[in-house]
Amino acid sequence: MSESTTHEFGSNRVKRGLAEMLKGGVIMDVVTAEQARIAEDAGAVAVMALERVPADIRSQGGVARMSDPDLIEAIIAEVSIPVMAKARIGHFVEAQVLQALNVDYIDESEVLSPADYVNHIDKWDYTVPFVCGATNLGEALRRINEGAAMIRSKGEAGTGDVSEATKHIRKIKSEIAALSSMSKDELYVAAKELQAPYDLVVEVAETGKLPVVLFTAGGVATPADAAMMMQLGADGVFVGSGIFKSGNPAQRAAAVVKATTFYDDPSVIAEVSRGLGEAMVGINVADLAAPHRLAERGW
Amino acid sequence: MAGSREGYGADAADTPLDGPVGVLALQGDFREHVNVLTTLGADAVLVRRPDEVAAISGLVIPGGESSVMDKLSRAFGVADALKQRIAGGMPVYGTCAGLIMLADRIVDGIRGQQSLGGLDVAVRRNAFGAQTESFEADLDVPVLGEPPMHAVFIRAPVVAELGDRATALATLENGTVVAVEQGNLIGTSFHPEMTADYRFHQYFLDKIVARSSGL
Repeated sequence: MSESTTHEFGSNRVKRGLAEMLKGGVIMDVVTAEQARIAEDAGAVAVMALERVPADIRSQGGVARMSDPDLIEAIIAEVSIPVMAKARIGHFVEAQVLQALNVDYIDESEVLSPADYVNHIDKWDYTVPFVCGATNLGEALRRINEGAAMIRSKGEAGTGDVSEATKHIRKIKSEIAALSSMSKDELYVAAKELQAPYDLVVEVAETGKLPVVLFTAGGVATPADAAMMMQLGADGVFVGSGIFKSGNPAQRAAAVVKATTFYDDPSVIAEVSRGLGEAMVGINVADLAAPHRLAERGW
Repeated sequence: MAGSREGYGADAADTPLDGPVGVLALQGDFREHVNVLTTLGADAVLVRRPDEVAAISGLVIPGGESSVMDKLSRAFGVADALKQRIAGGMPVYGTCAGLIMLADRIVDGIRGQQSLGGLDVAVRRNAFGAQTESFEADLDVPVLGEPPMHAVFIRAPVVAELGDRATALATLENGTVVAVEQGNLIGTSFHPEMTADYRFHQYFLDKIVARSSGL
């Protein structure tokens, strides 16, 4: 398609718009082209291409970085649904590389080792959109202020323990509800307390929602987990280690997709939950020493 | 196949002619469509299951991932119920993934991907490439008159081949067809639900009204 001066690329509307189209869907972590194929066949709305799922990053340790471009390209070549990939927090060159590789979304992710403990990436500089993690409303609005076009609540990646995901989506939703009930003169202090830009705080107070799509992530391992996140008000779910660290990935992936669409229908969730085999073994977040909690990366 | 896909004639085989407007809610930006329809004064309901198809007078298929909508629509049986209504002449408007769902033929679908069909077109999925090729542009749509429509294309499909029974409603400057109509079916590559320009939705609602009043 030839470019034309009348075509505007990389606008806020187009970046946020792709996330709008992913709503009600499941984004799955994949580490090979074969897994990407399984995810697409199972009904994933997008895949996250990475070298190691969070559960392996956790168990193997070491510095976790952007994936090998060959791997990302192999996954892009394998599927026709959108492909996302992770850059380290603050690593704007990894982000430049991912944009050059034509990924559809960049996840500036706490699952990788941060590259900058002060600054996040200036995401307005890119044509490709970014999704960022958040544990609370202030963090979400700071990321949106830096140009994030989609937010995911962080949860605790690689654990299979959904409790942190629950905590973060509840926190964000309740902070939004609190803003909506405030009078106009209270929003100045609210912005200060949230450490978030005043204009975004006013926008959230007026609309009662984030200005971008809000998915949830980090510990979702079963169809019921996914449906619970949807009932708590998520627009969709990321499933990382939960699918390909389980006994029957293809069946579990399809089941999570169905439970996400029919999140308010327990009979469907029951039906798809039958005979899925082993879920990922998982780690209780309470057993994780503080330095191993990924959600505390990013600020 | 009962009924005709051409023209606006009320068809006794497909009822009801009035009633709420359904929005297919398996995945995608269906709430945005509900908001538009409600703003235009229509009564909108979400549709996910076959038993929800019987009451609607028309259907919007939203933007989203067409391969996911296809799978879920077949897994839960809503696909067959909708095919029957489409064959009977029910007005349907599809945006982006919705256009793919309405196409008789899909180019570059995923393995085994099917559509509901109805529009005599071949639609190419994700025709512009990666997300960085997504764009906004002003588009002349003669059937809607002035001003041009500000259209948002997100990993958008295009009409790769226009069949004899379908009519192009809008093209890009290079001639690529991005909006199409056939009887009571409308499909657009772009997303009017993401802008404040609801003329396509009104055009669709007008078809429902024309049908129920026997015009």
